[in-house]
Formats: sequence, C-alpha cells, structure tokens
Amino acid sequence: MSNTDFILAIEDLTVSFDGFKAVDSLSMYIDKNELRVVIGPNGAGKTTVLDLICGKTKSTEGSIKFKNIEMTTLSEHEIVRAGVGRKFQTPSIYENLTVYQNLEVSYPVGRSVWGSLTFKRTSELSAQVRKIAAEVLLTEHLDLEAALLSHGQKQWLEIGMLLMQDPELLMLDEPVAGMSAKERDQTAELLNQICQNRSVLVIEHDMEFVKKIAHKVTVLHQGKILAEGSMEKVQANEKVIEVYLGH
Amino acid sequence: MTVFLNKYFGGKQGAINLAILAILLLVIFPLWLDLFRLGLIGKYVTYAFVAVSLVLLWGNGGILSLGQGMFFGLGGYCMAMFLKLEASDPISTKIQTTPGIPDFMDWNQLTEIPWFWLPFKSFPLTVFFVLAVPTFLAFIIGYAMFKRRVGGVYFAIITQAIALILSILIVGQQGYTGGVNGITDLKTLLGWDIRTDSAKYVLYFINASLLIGVIILSNYVLSSKFGMLLLAMRDKEERVRFSGYDVSSFKIFIFCFAAMISAIGGAMFTLQIGFMSPSFVGIVPSIEMVIFAAVGGRMSLIGAVYGALLVNFGKTMFSENFPELWLFLMGGLFIAVVMFFPDGLAGVYRDHAKNFNIADWLIARYTKFLKKDPNMLGDKV
Repeated sequence: MSNTDFILAIEDLTVSFDGFKAVDSLSMYIDKNELRVVIGPNGAGKTTVLDLICGKTKSTEGSIKFKNIEMTTLSEHEIVRAGVGRKFQTPSIYENLTVYQNLEVSYPVGRSVWGSLTFKRTSELSAQVRKIAAEVLLTEHLDLEAALLSHGQKQWLEIGMLLMQDPELLMLDEPVAGMSAKERDQTAELLNQICQNRSVLVIEHDMEFVKKIAHKVTVLHQGKILAEGSMEKVQANEKVIEVYLGH
Repeated sequence: MTVFLNKYFGGKQGAINLAILAILLLVIFPLWLDLFRLGLIGKYVTYAFVAVSLVLLWGNGGILSLGQGMFFGLGGYCMAMFLKLEASDPISTKIQTTPGIPDFMDWNQLTEIPWFWLPFKSFPLTVFFVLAVPTFLAFIIGYAMFKRRVGGVYFAIITQAIALILSILIVGQQGYTGGVNGITDLKTLLGWDIRTDSAKYVLYFINASLLIGVIILSNYVLSSKFGMLLLAMRDKEERVRFSGYDVSSFKIFIFCFAAMISAIGGAMFTLQIGFMSPSFVGIVPSIEMVIFAAVGGRMSLIGAVYGALLVNFGKTMFSENFPELWLFLMGGLFIAVVMFFPDGLAGVYRDHAKNFNIADWLIARYTKFLKKDPNMLGDKV
C-alpha cells in the first residue's frame, strides 16, 4: 500500500475468530482533524475495529497505517506512543487513585521503569493536569478518589486521561453511555472542541448525539461497511434503514 | 521538607511510625531483652525483609508470589557458601579424606570443590551474588511469566511450584548443597567469629539498620511515579497498557526488587543464626511469609514488619506450649485476618486513629454548641 495523507488508513482488514469473520476485508480512511462516528447494530464489529487499531486484537489479514506507519506489528504500548489513544466502553479509570493522580499517571513523560522512578513532578505537569481537568469539567474534584465520581464524570475522566497523552488519533467507545441528557450535551461540546487539532473516532448508538458531533458516519454491518458519508446521506440509505435504523 | 518526608518516609505520619519502629528495634529491644530473646527478634527481622518485599509486590503491585522463600533461601545459601568455605580450612578439616573441602562434600565422596562454589571464596563476589543470584532468577521467572501476561492465581501457583522444585533440588544434590541438613557449622566471617556475644549484637544492629534502610528505599519507590503506576496496574492493567506503558517491564522490575530485598533478609539470617537449610526455601516458609504481610497489613511497609514480629513471637510462645496446635492456629489467624481485617494490623491502627479524630470532632462540636447557647444546660453549668 502506498503512502497517503490520511491520518489513519485501514485496508482489507480481516480478523477471524475460529473461522467467524468479525471484521471482513474492511477499508476505511480518516482525515486529519476529522471526527468520524462508527454506528451499526450489535455484533457488527465496531468494538473489534477499535481493538484491532489499538493492538488489543491481532488482525488476520490487512493493514492499518497510522501516519503511514504500519500498526499491525506493533505492541499496544508502542501504538499508544505513536499517538493513538483509546477509551474503553465501560469507564476504565483507577478507582483507588484521586482524579489528579489518574491524570498524572497518564502524562506521557517517564514511561520507562527508570523514567518513572526518577520522574519529577514539574510545574508544567500540574498546569497540564489543571488545564485538562478544566476541559473535562472536573476541576472541583481533583482531590476526590475516582471511585466516588458519578458514572458520567468517570467517562469524562477517562477522556481527560487520554487528552493528557495528547494523541493525534483519539478513539472513544460509546462515550455517552449511561449519561444524562445534560451530560450528553456537555460531552458533545467537549468532543467538538477536542477535534480542533486531532482526529477522533467514535462508536456510538445514540443518534441524536451522533448528529451533533459527526463530520462523517460509517455504518458497519457483519464486519463490512454498509454505507459511509454524511449523516443525512446515511440516514436516507435504504439498506441502513433496513438493518439498523428501522422504519 | 514535606516533599522530602513524602519521598523517603511516606509522609509525616510515616516518618513518625518509622522512628517508633527504629527506636523499638535499635534501642528498646537491645536494652530490654537478653541475648537469647534478642537473637529471636533478629531472626524475625530477617523474615520482615520478605514481608516488606511482599507489601511492594502483592499489596501495591497486586502480584501474589507464593515463592518468596526461594529468594530468601538463595540469598542465605550464597552467604552460607562463603562462610562454609572459610570454615573448611585444611587444618580444621584434617580428619577428612580430602581436607580443605566442606564436610558434607567429603561425606558424599567429593574430592574437590565444585566450580560454582569457587567464586564464593571471595567476599566481595559473595556480596554481589547474594544480591544478583536471586534477582537474576526473579528476572528469568518474571520475563517468562509477565511477557506472556501470566498473572493472578496462575502466577502464584507457578512461583509456588518453582519454590518446591528448588527445595527438592537442594535436598537431592546433597554433595553440592548439604542436602536436607543444609549448610551448617559456620564459624567466621573474614576471620571474625560470628558466634560470640559481641558479634551477635553487632549483626543484630546491622540487620535492623538494613531493614530500616530497605523501608526508606521502598518508600522512595512507592512515592515515585512508579509506585503510582503499581497501584494503577493492580486496579486496571489494561488501562495502564493503553496509556503507553509496557506493563510487563514494570512487573519484572518490582518482582526483581522484591527478590533482592528478600535475599538481604536471607543473607542476614545465615549470618545471625549460623546455618541455612532447604526448610527456608520451599512452600511452607513462602506461605508463612505471605501471612506475615497479611497480618501486618499488605499495604503498609511498617505494618508488615510488625506482622512478622508478632506472628513469629506468637509462634514461639505457642509452639513452646502446644506444638501441634500452632499450624491450625496460624491457618485460623490467616483466615480471620483476611475476612475481618483485610488491611491487617496497619488497617486497624489507621481506623483506630480515625476514631480518635471523630472523638475530637465530637468534642469540638459539643463545645461550640455550649458556646452558642450557654443556658442550654441550665443551672448545672
């Protein structure tokens, strides 16, 4: 595959679990500063695609190029260091640490054993923690143990932890699951802000939310792309209505 | 100042607790106890090294090793090999078939010192091997397990199996290791007789000081970003991995570090007690050491030391009177601690301190109440 201007170029990606193809020769391209939403019915392979990109699952065939670097052969932490951040479906935060510590751990300095032993807490670090905390609306809770946050706040904290890493591609798996209507609006605003200087890939079910954020929508079905394009175009697509959106 | 305290002593409260422990070990015990009892304390303190290592590894890192005894034992054996070679000079072994080799080798028809014993003629090399051999073994085990993402109960079982294998190996290779009796009849260290009363005092103080040093070093590790990552890994390993950290290398490091601490305890055991045997390598001692850490508090470095001291003190007291009952009692103690005090003695101490604060708070509230309405209590005031 030749080099491209895309931040992420997925070509002919296939993964098979004991013969079942969860993702079937999928090709997808994401631009710089694009906010892409992937939708699709349960079992369409949405989460598997994220797993493949971030190295949690190894692909059977095909290629994933991030900034023209092949990702399929790298290990998870190398992919993260290349600039890919991933949020999990259920909030995945360190419940025993405070909000501040959660953000501090995610700071991309001192990532080796020796580096972490000699890591010094600088004023830049604390400025960065406070800046990100303000973005994800957690300034008042910096000293609170993360276990005590509400579900929505946990989701924001995990997004904040990813922002600490300053990734060029941010992948979010159902970021508004379990959130109140108000929190959803705030999250939509946050995502629109975030994608000003990075690409964002979101998996989501809530169509109202998708409308608010998506630049482009990809519909997955049985591991294959069913439709791709603007929200209006996809919503008008008959195949999409049949398998996913309903009549 | 606060930064300094946080870095090396675990905060102000940690510094006070460590100072209390240091005074207890270095002043009160030596003044109060006779040499026999002090020797027992010295032995328990060597176990405390392993308990401290388990606080790092298990309490903070969430990695339960049921084979810490092998590192303790290897450290002890390395030291014992040096002392045995020194004790086996040709003059004191002249009645042997081959004078100048350790007695058990002679009994097993060996006629020369095996090659792997030779480096232990040098004291600097011995000190190096005391630390390096257990650390290297931990590195091999850690590399093989953690790179393959073996963890939790599987890791615990594998460490237990390796401890068993090692103890069987030592028992089986009698000519090279002294077999089931271990390495005994140790006499001098660089010509200094370690069996005298004064030597016993000196070794006790070295041992206790080393333990304090190890706790300070461990506090440094726990207060660094590394320590925070340990807690994070225990909590959500995947998240740490997807935050750009190579989780396995962190686990390998803390496993090696814990092995090295245990080995220091083992070497000090050999020096103070004057022998080393496979009964400190296998499964039973390894599990006992986990119990010390659990009773003391698996999150507290200092708690683990008290755990080691108290459980062993109890063991000595009880096994003098009811030798058969002790194992049942210890099993019961372990179950009770895990069920009712998951944070061990340190947790009870911490909660107790919290109760005191609640009392303060109530008093403060009550006095405020009185000030607001002095007539509240009527004529009684």
